[in-house]
Amino acid sequence: MALDTTALDSKVPVGPLADKWTNHKFDVKLVNPANKRRFTVLVVGTGLAGASAAATLAELGYKVVCFSFHDSPRRAHSIAAQGGINAAKNYRNDGDSVHRLFYDTIKGGDYRAREANVHRLAEVSADIIDQCTAQGVPFAREYGGLLDNRSFGGAQVSRTFYARGQTGQQLLLGAYQALARQIHLGNVEMHTRTEMLDLVVKDGRATGIVTRDLVNGEVRSWSGHAVVVATGGYGNVFYLSTNAMQSNVTAIWRAHRRGALMANPCYTQIHPTCIPASDDFQSKLTLMSESLRNDGRIWVPKNADDARSPDQIPEDDRDYYLERRYPAFGNLVPRDVASRASKKEVDAGRGVGPLKNGVYLDFADAIGRLGRDVIEERYSNLIEMYDRITGEDPYQVPMRIYPAVHYTMGGLWVDYNLMSNVPGLYVLGEANFSDHGANRLGASALMQGLADGYFVLPYTIGDYLAGLLGQPVVPTSDAAFAEAETNVADMTRRMLSVKGTRSVDYFHKELGKLMWDNCGMARSTESLEKNLSEIPALAEEFWNDVRVLGNDESLNQSLERAGRVADYFEFATLLCHDALVREESCGGHFRVEHAQEDGEARRDDENFAHVAAWEWTGAPSAPTLHKEELVFESVHLATRSYK
Amino acid sequence: MTGKTLTLRLKVWRQDGPRAAGRFEEYDLPGISVDMSFLEMLDVLNERLNADGHEPVAFEHDCREGICGSCSLMINGMAHGPQKGTATCQLHMRHYRDGDEIVIEPWRSSAFPIIKDLVVDRAPFDAIIQAGGYISAPAGSAPDANSVPIPKEASDSAMDAAQCIGCGACVAACPNGAANLFTSAKLAHLNLLPQGQAERYSRTVAMVDTMEDHFGSCTNHGECEAACPKEISIDFIALMNRDYVKAQLFNRRLAGQRR
Ligand SMILES: Cc1cc2nc3c(=O)[nH]c(=O)nc-3n(C[C@H](O)[C@H](O)[C@H](O)COP(=O)(O)OP(=O)(O)OC[C@H]3O[C@@H](n4cnc5c(N)ncnc54)[C@H](O)[C@@H]3O)c2cc1C
Ligand code: FES
Repeated sequence: MALDTTALDSKVPVGPLADKWTNHKFDVKLVNPANKRRFTVLVVGTGLAGASAAATLAELGYKVVCFSFHDSPRRAHSIAAQGGINAAKNYRNDGDSVHRLFYDTIKGGDYRAREANVHRLAEVSADIIDQCTAQGVPFAREYGGLLDNRSFGGAQVSRTFYARGQTGQQLLLGAYQALARQIHLGNVEMHTRTEMLDLVVKDGRATGIVTRDLVNGEVRSWSGHAVVVATGGYGNVFYLSTNAMQSNVTAIWRAHRRGALMANPCYTQIHPTCIPASDDFQSKLTLMSESLRNDGRIWVPKNADDARSPDQIPEDDRDYYLERRYPAFGNLVPRDVASRASKKEVDAGRGVGPLKNGVYLDFADAIGRLGRDVIEERYSNLIEMYDRITGEDPYQVPMRIYPAVHYTMGGLWVDYNLMSNVPGLYVLGEANFSDHGANRLGASALMQGLADGYFVLPYTIGDYLAGLLGQPVVPTSDAAFAEAETNVADMTRRMLSVKGTRSVDYFHKELGKLMWDNCGMARSTESLEKNLSEIPALAEEFWNDVRVLGNDESLNQSLERAGRVADYFEFATLLCHDALVREESCGGHFRVEHAQEDGEARRDDENFAHVAAWEWTGAPSAPTLHKEELVFESVHLATRSYK
Repeated sequence: MTGKTLTLRLKVWRQDGPRAAGRFEEYDLPGISVDMSFLEMLDVLNERLNADGHEPVAFEHDCREGICGSCSLMINGMAHGPQKGTATCQLHMRHYRDGDEIVIEPWRSSAFPIIKDLVVDRAPFDAIIQAGGYISAPAGSAPDANSVPIPKEASDSAMDAAQCIGCGACVAACPNGAANLFTSAKLAHLNLLPQGQAERYSRTVAMVDTMEDHFGSCTNHGECEAACPKEISIDFIALMNRDYVKAQLFNRRLAGQRR
C-alpha cells in the first residue's frame, strides 16, 4: 500500500497570520453533538498532550479509548517539568503580547518552525493559564492574590507561570484529574500498563493500534476512527538524558515504519543546567531548572589549573563567560547558546569538580542581594534535590552544572491540523515536530502540549471525522490487524530467542555513547559517518547477542526495554543521517563545519529553510527525503544574536 | 565524590507473579560506589543477575527525580528508606556503610496486590481520584485566571497538599493500610481553593467513601507523615474529617431542597 507523500501539504490556512486560526476554526467541518458519540478516538499517551486531549475530546462527546504504559496516567514524564509554562498574558505590563511570544519562539527556534503554528500557539497560550487555574492548578501568587511570573531564557519579558519547582506536576495533575473525571463519567476507557507496539493502516488511513499488556503479555488490537499519538520525546536515544527512564521512541517509530514521516530528527536540545555525571553507573541526568539562571551566575576559573575552592577564588580570577560574551541576555541566553558556551569552557580544561566536567552556577550574589529566604522560596526544592544527589549545599558552595540531552524538537511530521501524512493519525506534544523549530525555548513545551490537547486538536479532529460519518470502525478481525499482531508477536519472540550474553542496558549505553560523542553538542561529517557505520554494526550485535531472560506472559521489564532499544538503533541511524544532510548549524543542531569565526552557529537559509521529513523505505540507512519549504511572511530572517 | 565503594548484603523479595508464592533471596553485592543512587545500586544488581543467567528483579521507577511516584520500596522496613522526605530514587548510597545488610520489599498492603517482585498495583489511588478528585472545568469554559484573586496563604497551602506524588508510601507505612494522607492531600488541594468550593462537599464524600471501599481505617498512628517523601502534613487529615462531617449535614440539606 503506497502512501502519497510526494505532496507535503502543511494545510496552513490562507490570510493574514493573525487571522489564520480564527478563520480556520470557522472553516473546519463540525461534528454535531449527537454524532460525536458515534466516533471512537484512540489516544496513546497520558502526558500533558495526551491527557488534555483525551479529557477534552471526551468532554465534547467523543468516545475515547486511552492507553499508557505507565501504571497510572499521572506518572507520565510531563510530571517532571520544573520551571514553568509561558503565556502571553502580559500581566507584568512589560510589553508582552501574542506577537512577541510568537516572535521570540520563531527566533528562539532559529527560524526553522512554521510561522502559522507558532502564532496559533502564542494565541492560545493565555487560554491555557485560564483553563489550568480553573482546574485548580496552584500557580505561584503574589501577596495581592494575583498570579506571579518569572523570566526564562530567550525572552526579555516575564511571561512564565509556575507552581514552585513543580509546574509540570501540577499541570499534569490538572489534566489527569480532568481525564479521571471523564473516566468516571464513562466517556473514556483507560488502559494502563498497555504499550502501543504497532499502528494499523488500512486503505491509507490510520484505523487502529496493536498493544501489548505489560502484565500478562497479551497482544491485542484496537480499532478507532482516528488515532492520536502523544507519546513524548526520544531523548533517551542518547541513553543519558534528563528524560524519565522509560521515555522512548517506539510508538512514533512504529508509526513511521507504517508510513508516517519523521521530521527533523536531528534537532535535539541539550539543556545547559544539569548535574554532571558522577561515574559510569550514572543512569540518568538530573535537570536543574533553567529558572535558576534568573538568579544564579555562571562562571569558571580563568585559570584552568586553579585548584582553589570556589569561595577562595576572587572575582578577578573568575570568568562569567555568558555575561561577558552576551551582555544583552547574559545568563539568560537560549539553551543551545548556553550549552555550547559551557562545552567550550570544559573542552578548554577550565571545567570544575572532581572530573572537571562542569561549570559553576553561583547564588552567592543573589543571596547577598535578596536574602537567603527569597532564594529558598524560589528554588528550595531544586536546591534540596541538588544537595541530595551530590551531597553539597548550594547555599554554601556554587552548584556544578553541565549540559545534558533534554528535549527533542523533531518528531512525526504533522500539518496545521496536527495530522500526520497518514490520514487519521494525529500527533501531539513532544512526539510531533511542530512548533519549536531547531530549538525550544524554556517553558514552551508545557505550553505546546496543553495547546495541542486542550485547544487545537479538539477543533481540528472534527474536520477529519466529519467525513467519516456513518462509517463503522474497521473490525479488529480485519487482515490488517492480524498482520500487525503477528508483527508484534514475532518481534517479542525474536528478542527472547536470541539468548545471547549481554544485557539490553549494555547495548543502550553503547548506543548512547556513540550518539553523545558523535552526534551531541558538536557534529561533523566525520563523526556522523562514523555513527552511520557503527550503529548498524551495534544493532547487528544486539540481534545476535542480547540476553533477555524471563518470559512473555508476565511482567518483563528487560523485554520492554529490549523493544525500545531495538527501535532506537534504527531511529538513531535516521537521526544521524538527517544531521549529516543538514549542512548548516541551527539551534540544537551544530555542525562544526558551519560556524562563524567567533564560533557562533552559521545558518544557511538559502538551502535549508525547510523541514526535512523522512520516509521509511524498509532500509534504515536509505530513507527518502521530503521537504516542506518554510515560508516566512511576518518575520524577517535574521542571524540570531543575543549579544 | 570520594571514589569509595561498599560491599552490601541484600535480601530482596522475589515473587514470580500475582498468584505465586514469594520468598526472600540473598545477594552479596560488592563494588557499590557511594555516589550511586539506591536504584543505580539495583541496576548493578540486575546487570549481575542477568550476566549470571538469573532474571533481574522487577521494580518500578521512571523519573528518578522524586516526582513521578513510581518508585516504591520498603527498605529495612521503612517506606522509601531512612532519609526523611526522600523517595527511594533520591536516596543515595552514601547513607550506607560497608557490610550493611539491606532488606528490600514491595509495599505491603492488601489494597496494593503484588504484580511481580517489588512491583505492586496501585490502581485504587486512581479510583479515589476518579470518584471526585477534580474540579469540573471543561476546556473552554474558564474565566480569566486573574479574575479570582487567591490569598497567597491559601494558594501556598493548596500547593503544599498538591505536592503529593501518589507513591503509596503512606499506605505502606500505615499499620492499618489506610490511605487517609493521600486522600486528604488531594481534598485539601482542591477544597482550599476558591475554584474548588462548588464541589467541595460532594467531592469529600465521594472520595472518602471510595477510599473506605479499598483501604483500612486511620487510627492516628502518624506513620504516614513520617514516611511521606513530600512531607505532607497529617493536618490535612483533620481538615478532611471536618469536611466529611460538614458534608453529611450540607449534602442532606441540599438534597432536601432539591427534592
Ligand atoms: C526534567 C525535565 C524538566 C522539564 N521542564 C520543563 C519546563 O519547565 N517547562 C516546559 O515547558 N517543558 C519542560 N520540559 C519538557 C516537557 O516536560 C515535555 O516536553 C513534555 O512534558 C512532554 O509532554 P508529552 O505529553 O508530549 O509527553 P510525556 O509527558 O512524555 O508523555 C508520554 C506519554 O505517552 C505514554 N507512552 C509513550 N509511549 C507509549 C507507548 N508505546 N504505548 C503506550 N503509551 C505510551 C507514556 O506512558 C506517557 O503517558 C521538561 C522536561 C524534562 C525532562
Ligand atoms: S522514580 Fe519517580 S519518584 Fe522515584
